[in-house]
Amino acid sequence: MTVIGAVDAQNLVDALGLGAIYGLMAVGIGLVFGVLRLVNFAYGQLIMAGAFTLAYASRAGWSTWQAILACFGVVIALSLVMEVTVFRPLRTRSPAVMLVATFAVSFLLQSIALLVVLKVQGQVGIPASTVAQLAQAVTIGGVDVRKVTIVALVVAIVALSGLALLLGKTTVGLQMRAAATDFTTARLLGVSANRVITLAVLLAGVIAAAVAVLLTASQSYVTSDFALHDMIIVLVGVVVGGIDRLWTATLGGFAIGFTRGVINGALPTDKSVYLPSALFALVILVLILRPAGLFAGGRSSVVDRV
Amino acid sequence: MTALLELDELEVRYGAVAAVRDVSIGVKEGEIVGLIGPNGAGKSTTLHAIMGLVPTKGGSIRLRGSTLAGKPPESVARLGIALVPEGRRIFPQLTVDENLRLGLAGRRSRSGAEEDIDAVQELFPIVREFRRRQAGVLSGGQQQQLAIARALVAKPDLLLLDEPSLGLAPKIVDVVFEALAEIRRRGVTVLLVEQRAQRTVAFADRTYLMSNGEIRLTLTPDDAGDTDRMVAAYFAS
Repeated sequence: MTVIGAVDAQNLVDALGLGAIYGLMAVGIGLVFGVLRLVNFAYGQLIMAGAFTLAYASRAGWSTWQAILACFGVVIALSLVMEVTVFRPLRTRSPAVMLVATFAVSFLLQSIALLVVLKVQGQVGIPASTVAQLAQAVTIGGVDVRKVTIVALVVAIVALSGLALLLGKTTVGLQMRAAATDFTTARLLGVSANRVITLAVLLAGVIAAAVAVLLTASQSYVTSDFALHDMIIVLVGVVVGGIDRLWTATLGGFAIGFTRGVINGALPTDKSVYLPSALFALVILVLILRPAGLFAGGRSSVVDRV
Repeated sequence: MTALLELDELEVRYGAVAAVRDVSIGVKEGEIVGLIGPNGAGKSTTLHAIMGLVPTKGGSIRLRGSTLAGKPPESVARLGIALVPEGRRIFPQLTVDENLRLGLAGRRSRSGAEEDIDAVQELFPIVREFRRRQAGVLSGGQQQQLAIARALVAKPDLLLLDEPSLGLAPKIVDVVFEALAEIRRRGVTVLLVEQRAQRTVAFADRTYLMSNGEIRLTLTPDDAGDTDRMVAAYFAS
């Protein structure tokens, strides 16, 4: 009984860690969606770029902190380049045009990564050993908890609290919340579109870099489709939670990560191919029962989007 | 008095349709200028063109002599023009106080912001009384007062109002016009777009009547009783 209990607790702890990482990704997607009404499909490739940075830094023999710093630098820079070269010129176009553009960016970045890795390394991926120590476990109350799980939970709590303070207590946060509801009126009041959007993209970039570190700790072999599947699942989670509001989107991301972790733990190893089927069957059920989103409130239109 | 805002032969098109044609309007410092006319006359489009919300096809818009063409709305706001948009457009999920403070984004200088907030709250006591409430639960008239208050905390040189009395009960319309009178006393220049023709003509220093995208008449308060002329201009094609 004790053994089963321990296994269950283990499973739940791992699921919490995955939920935290997916919740963070959902925040990144939700922040940009709030101000741009754009689902940035290329968000996963920002994470991939961060993972490759960690991998190359490992190969170059950089210390863990140097590698993490480089990861943040590359991902933030890439986010801002994406904003200036893709989002900004297309900002006034239809949401469909913007969505397709982010698909293009996503495939472009994946292809570049594949070409570079194949050409330079002659293989499809590179190991990122520099953060592998995060995958080591510590035993807490008889449960083996990987360090990355603790770090993921701490990062998620710190990031969400920081974001809540920024949005709730600062002028620029207030401006972001206003812009997320009615951008035209916000601009009429003198709120700078560029400032608000750049800040949202920047924050999403910081979160993507943190997620890159966390994901690389558990999947240390970095390939061009790194984070792609996670991104698709998080997108589904965001829609299931309710993309219209940042907090419901975040909860959706967390919920789908947690559920994935639990199902993964509950399925016997030889049945793990059924994981996506089980997960998406649940998603379909939720969408049928609560089409507005799992965590969406009643019919009130008075909601805070960011 | 110098001209604060000058529209010269302004033209705005929506595709093939000319929404505003050959509109020339001057607003001097301290003046209240009215702009009346039937639905679809081009009044709101004129205000949107001033704010940079719609591109102009021809003519010019100048604030203190410098052109506003091509400037985005936030830049126009920071140059000292505040628009109270049609339908109020307050942020329903934010508190009354947060809505008010958003108006500060348009200020050129932060100094004196708190004093101006106080002054605006004095002008519209409900903005202070309900400051912690969600703005979405206010009545239409209260939301309108909040929208005007929000524009005023930007300390604009020129206040544009787009049908502030639309959809309000007559008693509340009185409140709005009283507030406008107080705003005039405080020396804010106003360009007022309204459907209430007679009241606007009587209230403003000068009122332009617009129909089918063109200025048809220029009226002074003395013309407020001359409804025949106004009606004829409204329905002239």
